[in-house]
Amino acid sequence: MNTPALAAPVTAQGFKSDYKPIWCPGCGDYSVLSSFTKAFAKLGLRPENVAVVSGIGCSSRIPAYTTCYGFHGVHGRSLAAAAGLKLARPDLTVVVASGDGDGYSIGGNHFLHACRRNVDLTYVVMDNHVYGMTKGQPSPTTEPDWDSKLSPGGTGLRTFNPLVIALAAGANFVARAFAGDPNGTAELIAEAIRTPGFSFVEILSPCVTFRPEQREWKQMVRPASVKSTDDAARAARRIMTDDGMNIGVLYKGERMPYQPPIGKGRKRPSDLETEFAL
Amino acid sequence: MSTKKSTKKSTKKSVKKSLKKSVKKSAKQSSRKNTAKAAAAAKRKAVKPVARPKRAAAPVASNAEFMAHAYAMETEAAERYAEFADSMEMHNNLEVAELFRKLSRIEQLHADQILEQMGWRQSPISVANVRWEGTEGPETADPTELHYLMQPYHALQIALVNEKRARDFFAHLAKVTRDAGVRKGAREMEEDEAEHVRLIEAWLKRTPKPDANWKTDQDPPVLSD
Repeated sequence: MNTPALAAPVTAQGFKSDYKPIWCPGCGDYSVLSSFTKAFAKLGLRPENVAVVSGIGCSSRIPAYTTCYGFHGVHGRSLAAAAGLKLARPDLTVVVASGDGDGYSIGGNHFLHACRRNVDLTYVVMDNHVYGMTKGQPSPTTEPDWDSKLSPGGTGLRTFNPLVIALAAGANFVARAFAGDPNGTAELIAEAIRTPGFSFVEILSPCVTFRPEQREWKQMVRPASVKSTDDAARAARRIMTDDGMNIGVLYKGERMPYQPPIGKGRKRPSDLETEFAL
Repeated sequence: MSTKKSTKKSTKKSVKKSLKKSVKKSAKQSSRKNTAKAAAAAKRKAVKPVARPKRAAAPVASNAEFMAHAYAMETEAAERYAEFADSMEMHNNLEVAELFRKLSRIEQLHADQILEQMGWRQSPISVANVRWEGTEGPETADPTELHYLMQPYHALQIALVNEKRARDFFAHLAKVTRDAGVRKGAREMEEDEAEHVRLIEAWLKRTPKPDANWKTDQDPPVLSD
């Protein structure tokens, strides 16, 4: 019997594909990509055991830049595709990449129910408070008074608070990271992957093209002064009262992930075909 | 021991050589000139590297730990410059892409030099596990300073800020450490970085300064109306 040789660990570089990222110079998403690959290497994963799923937008380009399996899907529907994949192939590590427009607006409803279902996924949202790919429209996390050509005087609309919404909807792990801290972000992503259930990591990722003032974020972010809690109400209170610049794990629960038994009731493709026969 | 010393010497020599070579070459290269008129005045401020506050070193207990941190610092810097080079290449700013590629190679040479000096095949501390008091290593360039129309002069300004920060970092470490081996290593590193500062300053003097309208783009990608 041949014993397969132990495969060498894959380095962060080994998780990067040969495609050069197409983002604006200075975009925070470059560092997020680096954090993804560092997190995968840190966890000792292999590209063939990881799937990166995304929707549409600047952030959603990430799957192509990794050597993992990738699915660049439909706008706002990345979580639906990822949940299906994880339920069918629980052996895979499934990481979902999204942005504030894709994730909170077009995909807002999927976000709520993904938190509620608690499938074992890691959902990473690169939040820059703007639709960058389509040239700077306000997104759900844009400040109400952000004045721009496309929203003169600001939208006047209250911002979406994704972390507290994730908590209320049942996410099992909630963290906030900053793209300018790639090693810290890699650590948070790794912890999110390690934690069973639906893990949500919001990454403040500056858009220097449409929101040049976000360059200041690196002076504004700080490690959260309190340790993470498993009390959702306490975590919610903290998140509701912070200024959105506290970095770290904010909530870590112990809910069992949703995973129906594999094999039971599973049909062959030919059985499915007969069901759909006209 | 003598082999180690001679390897260190020869690697150092090759690093210096590659930096000096780049200085000479850049003198011959003409800067990319942006002849576009000031149609739409650029809203963003000119690329002006911001000096981040000097960071105290993470407590390092031994020379090996110190060198592992130095290795992480050089590797992070090399990776960041390579990322910048890719970004500039994708935006068809090939001259600056080439310069960043060169800077990346130089930083990688420094990292390799540390491995050789320590007789390591790889660093005992993974680069991803090294944490700095700030968010990134002292020699890692700030990505928000990039601009798709930037010129070699701007790239060198960024490099100069990084080298100065690295020099100050080692100087500070040499001052505060209680370990004699770490102090000696930090002093050596400080000298190396000080020399890089001088070389980049010389390189900058030979590089044409961009004109006032370098950022003007007749067909700007941010036009939203």
